[in-house]
Amino acid sequence: MALTIVSQIFPREMIPAVLPLIEDKLQHSKEIIRRKAVQALYKFYLIAPNQVQHIHDKFRKALCDRDAGVMAASLHIYLQMIKESSSGYKDLTGSFVAILKQVVGGKLPIDFNYHSVPAPWLQIQLLRILRLLGKDDPRTSELMYEVLDESLRRAEINHNITYAILSECVQTIYTIYPNSELLEKAAKCIGKFVLSPKINLKYLGLKALTYVIHQDPNLALQHQMTIIECLDHPDPIVKRETLELLYRITNGQNVIVIVQKMLDYLKESKEEYAIINLVGKIAELAEKYAPNNEWFIQTMNAVFSVGGDLVHTDIPNNFLRLLAEGFDDGKEDDKLRVYAVKSYLALLEEDDALYPQKFLQVMSWVLGEYSSLVTDVDPEVILTKLHSLLRKTFVTSETKVWIMATVTKIASRTSCSKAVDEIIQEFSNSLDTCMRQYAFELKNLCKDKELMKNLLPFDASCSDMVVDASLSFLDGFVAEGLGRGAAPYKPHHQRQEEKLSQEKALNFEPYRLSFASSVSSSGITGRQSPTGLSVGSDTSVNSAETGHKETSTLKLEGVRKLWGKEGYLPKKESKEGKEKEPQTASCSTLSTGQVGDPPALRFDQVASISEEDKEKQQLASTLFIGLGSNAGVSLMGKAETATQKFKRRSKINEIQHSEEVSDFRNSAAADFGPLLDTRPINMEDSEGSLHTRLRKASLSSSDIVEDNLAFEMPQSLRKSGLEERLSENRLSQSSLFADSNIEIFQPSPSAQCESASKTPLIPSLPEELEELTHSEIVQLCQSDALALYLCKVWTDDSLLLTVFVSNKTTAVLNAVNLVFEEAEHFQILESPSYQFPAIEAESVERCQKYVWMDKICTQGVLSGSVNYQLEMETRLDFSVTLSLMDFIRPMQMTTEDFGKLWLSLSNDVKQNIKMSSSQDTLSAALNTLQQKLKLHIVDVIGNEGILACQLLPSVPCLLHCRTHSRMLALWFRSPCSALPDSLLYQCQKVMEES
Amino acid sequence: MIKFFLMVNKQGQTRLSRYYEHVEIKKRTMLEAEVIKNCLSRSKDQCSFIEYKDFKLVYRQYAALFVVVGIDHTENEMAVYELIHNFVEVLDKYFSRVVS
Repeated sequence: MALTIVSQIFPREMIPAVLPLIEDKLQHSKEIIRRKAVQALYKFYLIAPNQVQHIHDKFRKALCDRDAGVMAASLHIYLQMIKESSSGYKDLTGSFVAILKQVVGGKLPIDFNYHSVPAPWLQIQLLRILRLLGKDDPRTSELMYEVLDESLRRAEINHNITYAILSECVQTIYTIYPNSELLEKAAKCIGKFVLSPKINLKYLGLKALTYVIHQDPNLALQHQMTIIECLDHPDPIVKRETLELLYRITNGQNVIVIVQKMLDYLKESKEEYAIINLVGKIAELAEKYAPNNEWFIQTMNAVFSVGGDLVHTDIPNNFLRLLAEGFDDGKEDDKLRVYAVKSYLALLEEDDALYPQKFLQVMSWVLGEYSSLVTDVDPEVILTKLHSLLRKTFVTSETKVWIMATVTKIASRTSCSKAVDEIIQEFSNSLDTCMRQYAFELKNLCKDKELMKNLLPFDASCSDMVVDASLSFLDGFVAEGLGRGAAPYKPHHQRQEEKLSQEKALNFEPYRLSFASSVSSSGITGRQSPTGLSVGSDTSVNSAETGHKETSTLKLEGVRKLWGKEGYLPKKESKEGKEKEPQTASCSTLSTGQVGDPPALRFDQVASISEEDKEKQQLASTLFIGLGSNAGVSLMGKAETATQKFKRRSKINEIQHSEEVSDFRNSAAADFGPLLDTRPINMEDSEGSLHTRLRKASLSSSDIVEDNLAFEMPQSLRKSGLEERLSENRLSQSSLFADSNIEIFQPSPSAQCESASKTPLIPSLPEELEELTHSEIVQLCQSDALALYLCKVWTDDSLLLTVFVSNKTTAVLNAVNLVFEEAEHFQILESPSYQFPAIEAESVERCQKYVWMDKICTQGVLSGSVNYQLEMETRLDFSVTLSLMDFIRPMQMTTEDFGKLWLSLSNDVKQNIKMSSSQDTLSAALNTLQQKLKLHIVDVIGNEGILACQLLPSVPCLLHCRTHSRMLALWFRSPCSALPDSLLYQCQKVMEES
Repeated sequence: MIKFFLMVNKQGQTRLSRYYEHVEIKKRTMLEAEVIKNCLSRSKDQCSFIEYKDFKLVYRQYAALFVVVGIDHTENEMAVYELIHNFVEVLDKYFSRVVS
């Protein structure tokens, strides 16, 4: 009972406390308890996979349990684990097949039978596991053929549950590596399903058919008539499944019919979710297979009008992009566009029709861009129509803005028309600020036709805007602003914090004075409005309204909101990229001049700039580095942290790259190393190497001695001891992993010298790094011209990846560029790339990257590439595996500090682990931890010991160990929640190994 | 994966509900109401699987009692359909006469 409760309600943190108890229960004599224990473990696995990592072999035992119930329970765990990575469990395929064979053969106790079918759900579970294992793997699949065949045969009783098994079987057969005989049988099965009069079976058959269809389209042909029947089936669910099936078999020839069917269904359907789904599919099909323009436009029109505002924003955007970019043939494009314009005009003809907003937006855009292609329609007519649309109440303000933009575009191509004048007049005093502002812009633009034409070139929608993502042209302005004492830009969350702390008591005065004349701001903003209408002037108009009340914070927020909205609109359109940037930029400055820049409004501009920045944040995170460097004057202390944060972020990125390099290299060098003579240790000084190896081992023991002594030693003595140790370490990072107790051995220095200066192409670490602990130099990858080596240096404050590039050619290599890709878990300080100066013939250059672990993981890969130019551009990819232990360093502290820190940390993880016979005393266990995990032993009191370490750069993790009756109770605490878990895992690993 | 298990009577009152994924209490009632509406509106000759939002419903009617199970797309509908029957059979054995 308790086990059931445990699995239901236990939170993540409490798992380690009960885990050993549950593990014991796995050996219990009663089946039901064993089963419950397995179920509880399954639950734990779902919650925190890495906490039960060490008991995987126990799952295997459970799988072979003599009670079928326990075995069935363990299948759940395996299904989950295999889902995550099937490769690790291929060896179990045999057992699963054997189990299934037994089950199918009726070897299970009679209790498991359901309607005389042996354990059907168990069969289904097993089939699922086999499916995952056999996917794309001919060898594993082969093992299964026989048993699958048997289950197909056995499941021939007419009962629902056997159908369930059959359908699962069929799915498995089609997923694993194909076998023609089985495929044939499976196809027969599907046929039986589809033809069945029972509606549920029909559904199942259709589902299977959908699944199978991309492998075997002929099957669908066989059942053509049934499918057609299903299409007219009274049950909408069956219909929908059939459509799903049709969607899979759509091609250029049948698209019209299928889409028509889909549209019919769409019109009947009322459920929101189904509509969204279906509309997406229709649009996709229409884009892919459209046979002609008319059909395409009409289909899309139907989609928009039926789908209404539920359609995903991608669909109209894609549609417009397609229209704008066109196909290969220019004439066809024009025809398409003309047809679109005409159809929209016809649609707008009906006065009372209510169209969804998105459809209206699409219409207005198309009309604006391409209406001039249609020569026989007077622009005046279009304008009048748009005007009447603008007056309608059902049109939202967002759509109105789209329409206004259209009006502006059309107006630019016609001489001043009456309709335009009317619109201007009507909306110049509209209550909606957006509309009013557009009207103003239109008015001003109308005065200057020449500018307007420049601003709105015809059919420029495809000419991509050159977006300067870094907003570098802003830098000057920012610097200027900062120079006047403005606060540097802060990210949104920080601003909110500040707002809270200052409680609406923002002081506006200094800002107002400091931004005496910052007209250039409109340069920024204008750039963002590809409609060609200067947003720069937006600022002025908006602020004209609110400016005189600007002393209240509330108002300020009002302005910002407006900005958000405004920003949103142009952004949306910017996807379609209507205009070349330079034009906009230039004209926006112009228009700002026209509208005038009332001096009282500067504050709003400041606000708006930062707001703009915010919107561009994702696009332009690089900007902030620039900002950071410009932030010479910071009004608030917090600003500095902001810049630091950004710098750090960029560093993170860098590290991430250099990380993946190392482990790959490790393995590569293990293979190539001896052959290619890359190792500094050669045959002839095998004697020396023996020495060093011995020394490696001895070092570890000396470490222990030293550290044990250190408790009594005064602090200063101890430091020097450490230094000594470091310098002694030299070649042997592996000392951390070696664990024999050999007496201290003085290495022969001559052997070392010899080995260090062997062949010229072998890289070696510079003096200053040679002093630190580091890994062996291993080869990462190589080509004809280059070889890449890597050495991990474990410095005190980071992991230093040293990459050596050796030039094997006889020519000088120029422009060798090393780039690390961004990795999820790691952070590279400074920049992720490195440009080598020319590398001389047959020489070695090196580059160093400091890496931190950003997100905790037990092991991660950092990959990167080297580009170089030799006759032609060549790229060499490599990757490095970095483990958590690369980033763990001992942490020096006193017992008091430990106590204080311990109390202040909240995340803790406890776990009992068994001690092996070789280390049954506490000190032996602690030594193992110290050697292998680089933990620092702070103190040992009786049967308790405390250790400390830190994850670079500075995340501490404290460990409290206690021994009782051959068990070691580990208790971790750290400010970071994931760190104790991972460390615990490492501890378990090393304790088991030793 | 089974997401939830519902037993409802014909009047639309929930008799038993069990969720295997966390759903807010408020949303539960909403969801239940929707699910029931969907099931009740279907006639006997329609198929007992419904696609609903991003998951599927499998239901079975026993006199005045509906048993509805919400599953995700990886689950085998027919297996669940039979599971319901198995469940009801077990109930029947235990309590000899099952009434809602």
